[in-house]
Amino acid sequence: MSQRIKFYQTGTLTAGNRLLDPETRAVQSSVDRSNALTSGHRACQGCGEALGARWVLDAAMRATGGQLVVVNATGCLEVFTTPYPESSWQVPWLHSLFANAASVATGVAAAMRSKGSAVRVVAQGGDGGTMDIGFGALSGMFERNDDVLYVCYDNEAYMNTGVQRSSATPPLARTATTPALGPEPGNEFGHGKNAPLIAMAHGIPYVATASVADLHDLEDKVEAAMKVHGARYLHVHVPCPLGWGSASDDTIKVARLAVQCGLFPLFEAEHGEVVRRTPIRQRQPVEAYLRLQRRFDHLFAGGRVDVERIARLQAIADRNIERFRLLTGD
Amino acid sequence: MDKPFAITLDLGSSRANHTGSWRSRRPEYVDRLPPCNHACPAGEDVQRWLYHAEEGDYRAAWQALVEDNPFPAVMGRACYHPCETSCNRAKIDEPVSIHAVERFLGDLAIREKWPLSAPLPPTGKRVLVIGSGPSGLSAAYHLARMGHAVTVREAMPLAGGMMRYGIPRYRLPRDVLDAEVARIFDLGVHFEPGVRVDDVATSVAEGGFAACFAAIGAHLANRVEIPARDAARIFDAVDLLQRVEQGEAPRLGRRVAIYGGGDTAFDAARTVKRLGAEEACIVYRRTQAAMPAHAFEVAEAAEEGVTMRWLRTIKRFDEDRIVVERMELDEAGRLKATGEVETIEADALVLALGQNVDLSVLEKVDGVRVVDRVIEVDDRMMTGHPGLFAGGDMVPSERSIAIAVGHGKAAARHLDAYVRGEKAKAPPPREVATFETLNPWYYTEADRTSQPAADPVRRRATFDEVNGGLTADDALFEARRCLSCGNCFECDNCYGVCPDNAVIKLGPGKRFRIDLDFCKGCGLCVAECPCGAIRMVPEDG
Repeated sequence: MSQRIKFYQTGTLTAGNRLLDPETRAVQSSVDRSNALTSGHRACQGCGEALGARWVLDAAMRATGGQLVVVNATGCLEVFTTPYPESSWQVPWLHSLFANAASVATGVAAAMRSKGSAVRVVAQGGDGGTMDIGFGALSGMFERNDDVLYVCYDNEAYMNTGVQRSSATPPLARTATTPALGPEPGNEFGHGKNAPLIAMAHGIPYVATASVADLHDLEDKVEAAMKVHGARYLHVHVPCPLGWGSASDDTIKVARLAVQCGLFPLFEAEHGEVVRRTPIRQRQPVEAYLRLQRRFDHLFAGGRVDVERIARLQAIADRNIERFRLLTGD
Repeated sequence: MDKPFAITLDLGSSRANHTGSWRSRRPEYVDRLPPCNHACPAGEDVQRWLYHAEEGDYRAAWQALVEDNPFPAVMGRACYHPCETSCNRAKIDEPVSIHAVERFLGDLAIREKWPLSAPLPPTGKRVLVIGSGPSGLSAAYHLARMGHAVTVREAMPLAGGMMRYGIPRYRLPRDVLDAEVARIFDLGVHFEPGVRVDDVATSVAEGGFAACFAAIGAHLANRVEIPARDAARIFDAVDLLQRVEQGEAPRLGRRVAIYGGGDTAFDAARTVKRLGAEEACIVYRRTQAAMPAHAFEVAEAAEEGVTMRWLRTIKRFDEDRIVVERMELDEAGRLKATGEVETIEADALVLALGQNVDLSVLEKVDGVRVVDRVIEVDDRMMTGHPGLFAGGDMVPSERSIAIAVGHGKAAARHLDAYVRGEKAKAPPPREVATFETLNPWYYTEADRTSQPAADPVRRRATFDEVNGGLTADDALFEARRCLSCGNCFECDNCYGVCPDNAVIKLGPGKRFRIDLDFCKGCGLCVAECPCGAIRMVPEDG
């Protein structure tokens, strides 16, 4: 009976809920949130990256009591927020180059340490700046265990420059450089890399994946990351309505389907070992995820469903579910 | 001007850039009509009173409930709850047990002796209500709260109508009914029991009444000619239930057959069992599926040992048996007699074949029209005679307590306007919050709470209540299963999911506002609103 009374209509699935005590509500439900990324930015309608960045930095601001410096790699997130001299950032924010955000963050952290300051450092970038162009700098930051949380907002291609493929682009996705033509339409199977697993291979204290599909899960992970020192990595899945060809109001739905079908597993790892996973709540077929995005249109062209290719993606999702034990979460 | 090294322009905020100009559609907060409210014949705002109950504020919940219906404890027991049939939660797991929460609130109010809020200042108008059933008392309640001086005349010795003389005690204990009726009379309603109104026009004129609401119900039983050696052993179900309520114990014998398949037939069968009959057998001419009785009535009766014979018509009633003819359905699904007869042992036969209105009271009034054995009323519930309103079982409509209460409420609104020489304004129509307007992802899984039921074997021998109420914990749990369809419950999702920080949170109870300077019209707030309380509308131009 005491168990049953803890039912709160929507529980913690929504941002807030008047029935929950304030501590259990998301940072995003509070009028006191920092709005680290404020209004007036030039991101597209329904931008998943703008949303993810505010969620992450507001949570980090709360976790550090506002003692935070943010270093940004080049990319959409930098371009749409900061057309000089205007800025959407309501945190101390620093941009240098595409490739060196991790190194600059290392430098800021070293500077803070030498000043005896408790100010913490977050570095952030898109999948291109993180996994391709800035990967050397990032790996260096990891192996030196510098006291930085690096956040990658993964929208699976170079969106700012016109949707070119990156090493995060999934198989079959059409981009400007992987057209849906020929015997292997879209991005090829076997290309790309898994940044969270590579980060884990550095044995750093904390690695996690998160998604704009799950606000509470994301905020919990930022808070957990800010509780520890040393190199930390957070990989956030952020749908891009422009590059993915999804409706602007489907951003969260698309992200949710990616998680629920198993293509984007949510987990936390400490010192190289997966320690927690967020279980799938309502399992979905990958096809439900693909159908909302025009970059996968070629799989459904002319009313025919490309069952064979979809099955290969489904196999990847199934392998994730098995590998990360996503159905039970234990 | 002194500027830091390499800075040549003043730093500005992107808030200078009004991205709202990109927008071609804008989100708009709405209050859609929840399907439960839409389905409630009594016009209850179910979602609103559940909202208070979710917070554990039962007093506020009860206050909101009795705004529309003064009988929560009665309704929570006797209403067939069409609200639950239409509840969107049924598409997730099971409907919210609205009736059980309603009953909990009603019982709590009786236990805590919560009073109804005081009426408005007296209007000086006198109103006559004929009949103290659910419709008459509902009208009396609303009229009294509007400040009118209400007199209720009732032919029977006690108030309640079908709630008292039709619904058996095991479904509606009389102390519950008495308490809710007394609360209405405590508002200053003048009650005259044992007074049968025969001449409405004269009663209204002599009493100085500005208007009258008639709700005398449908008490006359339909009869069929059944050849019988001893007509004294054939009973009408309505009459039987009424006599039992008045303390009589009609001599029925050991085995009783009940003819009919409606709720009254089952009420009669279950009552007969409790009066000591060893066998109570329902005889119904159509199929089991065609029985108009509600499924729970049939199930509870079966638990209590009531037997059923479908597809049988009664031909005659001999000494100690009835002779029935077997019916069957032809290929077109039409009922067809087979000519095969069989017998069912029976000492008494109860007829439950529907009820009619005693039209003699109203049909002689000027302007009143009778259509199909009921009194015709317009959309204001007014008969053809100005100032004479009618409702409940005597007007063209389906018949239930909730419908009767709804008629009383509607009639009160129009009657009030009539005596003021005005016309009641209809509330603006609201779009129904269908399941498709919701985002069900956000609702956590929770199975419906069930009410405790008394042991079927013990039930057969007593008129004690069959179904128990919910505990406070269960009632809270059940209230929180409400999805709040179409009405904001301040979950902060819109505020949280806006990529442009363009939703302004106004604080507890004040909901949200869209900052149109920055809203780009992406629609994420609409898509991620669990309860469908936001919609997209095109920008003008």
